[in-house]
Amino acid sequence: MIHQYRLNGYNIVLDVASGAVHAVDDLAYDVIERFEAQSPEQIQAELLEKYASDPDVTAEEIAKVCAEVQELKAAGELFTPEDFAPLAGTFKERSKGIVKALCLHVAHTCNLNCEYCFASQGKFHGERAVMSFEVGKRALDFLVENSGSRRNLEVDFFGGEPLMNFGVVKQLVAYARGIEKEAGKNFRFTLTTNGVLVDDDVIDFANRECHNVVLSLDGRKEVHDRFRVDYAGKGSWEKIVPKFQRFVEKRGGKSYYMRGTFTHNNPDFVEDIKEMLRLGFTELSMEPVVCPPGDPYALTDEDIEIVKDQYEKLALLMLQRRKEGRPFTFYHYMIDLAGGPCIYKRISGCGSGTEYMAVTPWGDLYPCHQFVGDEAWKLGDIWHGVTNTAVQEEFMKCNVYAKPQCADCWAKLYCSGGCAANCLHASGSITGIYEQGCELFKKRMECAIMLAVAGASEV
Amino acid sequence: MERKHIQTLSTRNLCSSAKDGGCGECQTSCQSACKTSCGIANQSCENKESK
Repeated sequence: MIHQYRLNGYNIVLDVASGAVHAVDDLAYDVIERFEAQSPEQIQAELLEKYASDPDVTAEEIAKVCAEVQELKAAGELFTPEDFAPLAGTFKERSKGIVKALCLHVAHTCNLNCEYCFASQGKFHGERAVMSFEVGKRALDFLVENSGSRRNLEVDFFGGEPLMNFGVVKQLVAYARGIEKEAGKNFRFTLTTNGVLVDDDVIDFANRECHNVVLSLDGRKEVHDRFRVDYAGKGSWEKIVPKFQRFVEKRGGKSYYMRGTFTHNNPDFVEDIKEMLRLGFTELSMEPVVCPPGDPYALTDEDIEIVKDQYEKLALLMLQRRKEGRPFTFYHYMIDLAGGPCIYKRISGCGSGTEYMAVTPWGDLYPCHQFVGDEAWKLGDIWHGVTNTAVQEEFMKCNVYAKPQCADCWAKLYCSGGCAANCLHASGSITGIYEQGCELFKKRMECAIMLAVAGASEV
Repeated sequence: MERKHIQTLSTRNLCSSAKDGGCGECQTSCQSACKTSCGIANQSCENKESK
């Protein structure tokens, strides 16, 4: 399977199975479009007619292009047959029982009251709670005990607002650092925060211990303060922006993301990206809101068209800033074509419910943070491990080839079937798909690959 | 053959990665940044010997 598209003046051809990316001229684009369905004679006749006014397009030139295409096909870089289906499931089978990442819900409570929060203001549809050190410690032990030969273990301090339980966060990191060497592990911590409680103590701690920090900011003040308000209804933008600026400045180049959410109220989210840039932030992520379709802030079909256009505008802004020597990063446009994930990762999905789990403040295990609070999906707990084997089995079997709608999709090896929770909410099954999400994902990948092509042509 | 019409970018061959991939050390996809819309392509391979 191939995918060919035009964007920003580039003709791009993607060979899905091999992952090869080709930048081609107009004539090659037309030849490739016809190559598998037509004879060389038909291709020649059609293209001679199409390019009748172009003296450079001769029968000889078309034959040369066909030879180039044939050469790539023979080299396994075009029209490569896809035979990965037998591999689907083998990675999870081989890794059965191995857990390498935990999302620790250290606080099911929050000091902001954001209406759009998928976690229902941090409470995940339950009672307010914070995780004790004992529960957190057991979660870390559970992770080490179940990590098999995996060396890199990821732990995200999540909520709610994790800094509402900062004392325990510090204790847990100290505990993990104390055991990791002997266990032969390397803990990578991430902290996701709304910024309200950020101070120098938090900054110094996170910059010393956290592999990455995710800082929630929606961009423009009026956009941010529309949702991200305290319990008195007061916007948090003015309070958190100076804190985040200090945080990032003191981070000294270590990884961070400014992470925003856009909704029906601001499908023109590139304006929010620009505001983040104006504030001095350069590592950016903006996500479409996750909520039921009937919510007043849910993205509509009209919004989706705007958002797709915005993704293109964002790519152009990145090119412009790159040229000006002021580059910035957008999480979804990071694509490492030469050193990206192997085919096993690409077909087996995000790892939720198998190698990745979420832990509630009272030690229950869920397939990921987005399933927390939905009792039917509870996997077990950190003392007894996974006891709901039926749910885990569903996740074991979930891969891109388990989703019939993905069979003919060119983007399947880039998204791996997408977010299980989003698929469940949209289709009723984790092996269904979330069509709106697919549409946006495909646009983002087209933009990301275009940026890679543009980068290659700048060299 | 010198290719005049097609420029091929340097990419990891996914078919070959079926032979040397699958170590499982790479980052869990949505752990670190998005938390709401999973993608795989923007992860890096941790197995430097396989590429």
